Amino acid sequence: MFRLHELREGLRIAFTAIISNKMRSVLTTLGIVIGIVVVTLMATVIEGLGTALDNSIKSLGADVYYISKWDWFSDEWWKSRNRKEISLAEARQMQEKFTLAEAVVPVVQAWQKTMKYRNKSVKGNVIGTEEAYLITSGVVPEQGRFFNDLEGSSGRPVCVIGHDVANTLFENEDPIGKTIKINGYSYRVIGVFEKEGSFLGSAMFSKDSQSFIPLPNFYRVFGNERSIDIHVKMGPDVDKEDAKAEMIGLFRQIRRVPPADEDDFGVNTQDFLKKIFESVVGTIGVIGFLITSLSLLVGGVGIMNIMFVSVKERTKEIGTRKALGAKRRTILIQFLIEAAALCLIGGIIGIGLSYPLSLIIDTVLPSSMPLWVVGVSLSISITVGLVSGIVPAYTAARMNPVDALRYE
Amino acid sequence: MSNPEEETPLIHIVNVTKTYDMGAEKVHALRGAGLDIRKNEYVAIMGPSGSGKSTLMNIIGCLDTPTSGLYNFGGSNVGEMNDNELAAIRNKQIGFVFQTFNLLARSTALHNVELPLIYAGIPAADRRERAEQALANVGLADRMTHKPNELSGGQRQRVAIARALVNTPSIILADEPTGNLDSKTGEEIMQLFSELHRQGNTLILVTHEEDIAAHAHRIVRLFDGEIASDVRVDNPKVYARTS
Ligand SMILES: Nc1ncnc2c1ncn2[C@@H]1O[C@H](COP(=O)(O)OP(=O)(O)OP(=O)(O)O)[C@@H](O)[C@H]1O
Ligand SMILES: [Mg+2]
Repeated sequence: MFRLHELREGLRIAFTAIISNKMRSVLTTLGIVIGIVVVTLMATVIEGLGTALDNSIKSLGADVYYISKWDWFSDEWWKSRNRKEISLAEARQMQEKFTLAEAVVPVVQAWQKTMKYRNKSVKGNVIGTEEAYLITSGVVPEQGRFFNDLEGSSGRPVCVIGHDVANTLFENEDPIGKTIKINGYSYRVIGVFEKEGSFLGSAMFSKDSQSFIPLPNFYRVFGNERSIDIHVKMGPDVDKEDAKAEMIGLFRQIRRVPPADEDDFGVNTQDFLKKIFESVVGTIGVIGFLITSLSLLVGGVGIMNIMFVSVKERTKEIGTRKALGAKRRTILIQFLIEAAALCLIGGIIGIGLSYPLSLIIDTVLPSSMPLWVVGVSLSISITVGLVSGIVPAYTAARMNPVDALRYE
Repeated sequence: MSNPEEETPLIHIVNVTKTYDMGAEKVHALRGAGLDIRKNEYVAIMGPSGSGKSTLMNIIGCLDTPTSGLYNFGGSNVGEMNDNELAAIRNKQIGFVFQTFNLLARSTALHNVELPLIYAGIPAADRRERAEQALANVGLADRMTHKPNELSGGQRQRVAIARALVNTPSIILADEPTGNLDSKTGEEIMQLFSELHRQGNTLILVTHEEDIAAHAHRIVRLFDGEIASDVRVDNPKVYARTS
């Protein structure tokens, strides 16, 4: 009961003190405001990256191995430059011999080619592949269908396009059945993939800006000197590690790699995305943490300073309160509440500022400010207030009543 | 009242000194003062500037502690009390009235008067009622929600007196309560003190002015930190009851 009274009087005093020094109070909290803005935006960005990661993982498909000339995101990617290209023949052998797989698909890609429909054009990667791509990628076109092996082997000029390609080329038209030009060759659109979004702005793994044509057509248009990627989806009942080892062994055989040599191909999985995600989140986290702690430190020192000023200005008031029976504890609580309330205001302003900023982030990286971050921010603010208020409050509490009353 | 010497005095001060160490020199504000004050006494403390009046008042009010000597308040030794006990005495036993009023500038008269009750832990409803009553008793029923800067000097001092009285203290200490008031307003305040005394309150008042001291029933004169004289006033100035 007694403590509740003290608390209420403390809140009341804090409120009056802050209100009567509005400008000063707001300026003082600047450091806290910046700290909270950084924390909340950081959390928003990380949350957004997490969502993007999930989407990308979905688009890459689980349990799929990507055998490629290149090691994706290896520190020594340059080493793979001198490797022999992977040929279609090697891919065909893999298809034939690797029985543990549910699907083995050759995929070949040409970068940044022009796709045209009437007077509109867009650049994107063109991919040559086969029907089984549906299995390894795990997605089906949102509209229309993918090409089948009959169309593939007979070299039918059909294509399936990504969501962004469709949107750019066909603003108000139905793409299905229309003929577009890919690198100058005509293709009939038979399917459109749904929107995937991209991870870290990289369109490399997103189908959105790509178009897909049958392999023979690809060779006709772009030649056959490009290295092939082989997408392997393991069968449902196989042991993943064993199957992977067998796959590598088999492909070494096909490539005739001498037993003592390293693999002359990369075996990639979606795990690399998680690695990038972790390293990006780690970097954001470290930088964010540094900025946040620095601004909270500066903010805390600012609050401590203004609290010393506040204690000094109200020395006579402290003396009067003591003369009327305020205990040390009461005075201590009073100033702690004031410091905490100041910081809380800073925290609220910070959240108020970062919410619109998070909406801006949302347009670049789909995300929303997580609710828990509000609670965390407010707790951080209060803690900073309590920590930086403790010394000034203690000074006030320890004042000798006579000296305080005498102060002019 | 017939034979007050028999009761234990409310305030019992023996050979109290207060020395301020100013580095190079020591200032002896009190040099062995002794004083007993009983319930329902009305004492004026007089003396030249710097003679130690405020120092003595602060010690009596438990705002300050003596350098040496004994001080008993209501039978207990103040020298042995810790900070919280001193705060409790100031809260419940002593009502201060200051020369400069010392009201909280941003609070209403009512909240100012409520303060001692807040520190005493009195529930809000009770607190409000008692504060309103105290303000009404000093004639400020219609000024409850005014802030100090909306009140005259005399009214401010009345708020301070209401605040000093609200927790029904054993003693009221007033250090030059009329020092910042014109003589007419000062007289009104003195009238209020006389009334309080008549109601049974114990009062100690510091003043420079003989006129003001003339209201008291006993006058203690300090000179250079020592009690120079302590006399009863045979027929103190009294007022007819007003209103
Ligand atoms: N905090 C202090 N530090 C040093 N000296 C002090 C302090 N407080 C009081 N004194 C000295 O103690 C002496 C007594 O002071 P006190 O305030 O009690 O005088 P007073 O009788 O109330 O005077 P006045 O009538 O001017 O108010 C003075 O010489 C004063 O300078
Ligand atoms: Mg004085």
